[in-house]
Amino acid sequence: MPPDAGRAAEQVARQSYGKLIAFLAARSRDVPAAEDALSEALASALRVWPERGVPDKPEAWLLVAARRNLMQAARHRTVAANAQTTITVAFEEAEERMNEAGKAVFPDERLKLLFACTHPAIDSSVHTALMLQTVLGIEAKTIARAFVVSPEAMSQRLVRAKVKIRDAGIPFAIPPRSALPERLAAVLSAIYAAYGLGWDGLDGEEERHSLAGEAIWLGRALLAVLPDEPEAIGLLSLMLHCEARRSARRDRNGRYVPLDEQDTAAWNVIMIAEADALLRKAGAFDRFGPFQCHAAIQSVHATRRVSGMTDWPALTTLYAALVKIKHTLGARVAEAAVIGRALSATAGLERLNRLDPRDAAAYQPYWAVRAFLLARAGDDAAAVDAYMTAIGLSDSPAVRDFLADRLKEVRQATPR
Amino acid sequence: MQYALIIREAAEDFANRSDPAYRDGWVAYSKALAQAGIMTGGAGLTAPETGTIVRRKGEDHDVQDGPYPEGKEQLGGFYLIEVPNMDTALEWATRVPISDRGSVEVRPRLQM
Repeated sequence: MPPDAGRAAEQVARQSYGKLIAFLAARSRDVPAAEDALSEALASALRVWPERGVPDKPEAWLLVAARRNLMQAARHRTVAANAQTTITVAFEEAEERMNEAGKAVFPDERLKLLFACTHPAIDSSVHTALMLQTVLGIEAKTIARAFVVSPEAMSQRLVRAKVKIRDAGIPFAIPPRSALPERLAAVLSAIYAAYGLGWDGLDGEEERHSLAGEAIWLGRALLAVLPDEPEAIGLLSLMLHCEARRSARRDRNGRYVPLDEQDTAAWNVIMIAEADALLRKAGAFDRFGPFQCHAAIQSVHATRRVSGMTDWPALTTLYAALVKIKHTLGARVAEAAVIGRALSATAGLERLNRLDPRDAAAYQPYWAVRAFLLARAGDDAAAVDAYMTAIGLSDSPAVRDFLADRLKEVRQATPR
Repeated sequence: MQYALIIREAAEDFANRSDPAYRDGWVAYSKALAQAGIMTGGAGLTAPETGTIVRRKGEDHDVQDGPYPEGKEQLGGFYLIEVPNMDTALEWATRVPISDRGSVEVRPRLQM
């Protein structure tokens, strides 16, 4: 096979997968059937394109082929007559919309699919995985790796969720304005979680990087359709701020570098500028929310590039606001860390002590912050202890090595 | 649910056990498990060369020096942990400080 045809098919599949699935499943809500039809269409593309050449509009070609498969499948199954009618009507409608659009492009229904994937009727723990698979076409295997579950378990979860979409009558629609804030929050969380999967681990960099890229792309796609939602703008700003620092997170030897020790020259200035502009735009709506707050925190960190120093008091104010909006363990630990820098290590530790020890016992950031603050406060013995726990809870060798170095420093400083 | 985290290490890892950095990782991990209150058992094992294998041959027993020749990874030890489900067990498995050559197998304990 000429490599061109294979590559073209793969490229179209990557770029159009979610668009095609969303379009094919919009009326029937039958994602598994749409997936089967599309994967068959992709298989025939791989057979046909090398011989006849890649069509002018590969996306439309795939759509026509997938649609034919879907019709055939519906005919083969002894479906109730009215279901058959539904499918036919759906295609006619779809065709009409395509014709209306005039240029043989079909409407982008991905956003509707996104809202279906994050519907409250679906267990929120599968929202992100479902979104990654159906909207972006990422393989279950890859998703399983990112979530640290077995590929089989992940496939089962995804299948269950898709069946639920079909059988529970979950609508493929952008919710009405009254329900939008709550539903949008679930979409934003799923996108941010996808970004987090691409960010958290420092290992397996390439695959994770692409996951982060996909999340940013989704954030942009969302903005294109919902331009007046400040939280959606805030999320994109947040992701861009984090992305701008990606290459600075490791030094030349591949070692982990914490944010306040990163070389700001390695930050991506263009991304930071865009992120800041977005944050200002979001602020103009005067509807503050957690993602805008997160983005504002990152914006303060980004200012170190110009000012040469971190504005810890400003961060304290923002984290206080964040904890008020979202009372999560992560936010509270981060607040304590910032207070530990802005006021004193003792003040930060005092904050950490307010947390429920049962929640904190297996939370790595808690122990890393605690160890750092204890060392600053001069309690070396307790710092050594906390560093050991933090190391034991780390899942990344790079982070483990970084903490081991800090531990060594504390041990060397301690007279024996 | 109880799960065993079965640790397999390569020959280089066994040799590395005298390296304080490698050893500290394991000490830290065991400490974190204990502190989380989920460790219900487990043991580290000495290198496979120190093992002796007993096999049954009908009425007799055949005794041989270890290790099993097959495989690059050898059993290095195991932890038994009590956690709500497989997902949590896998989360703890990702924290095991194995090298790139080692592996962790997560297996539910047999209920008897």
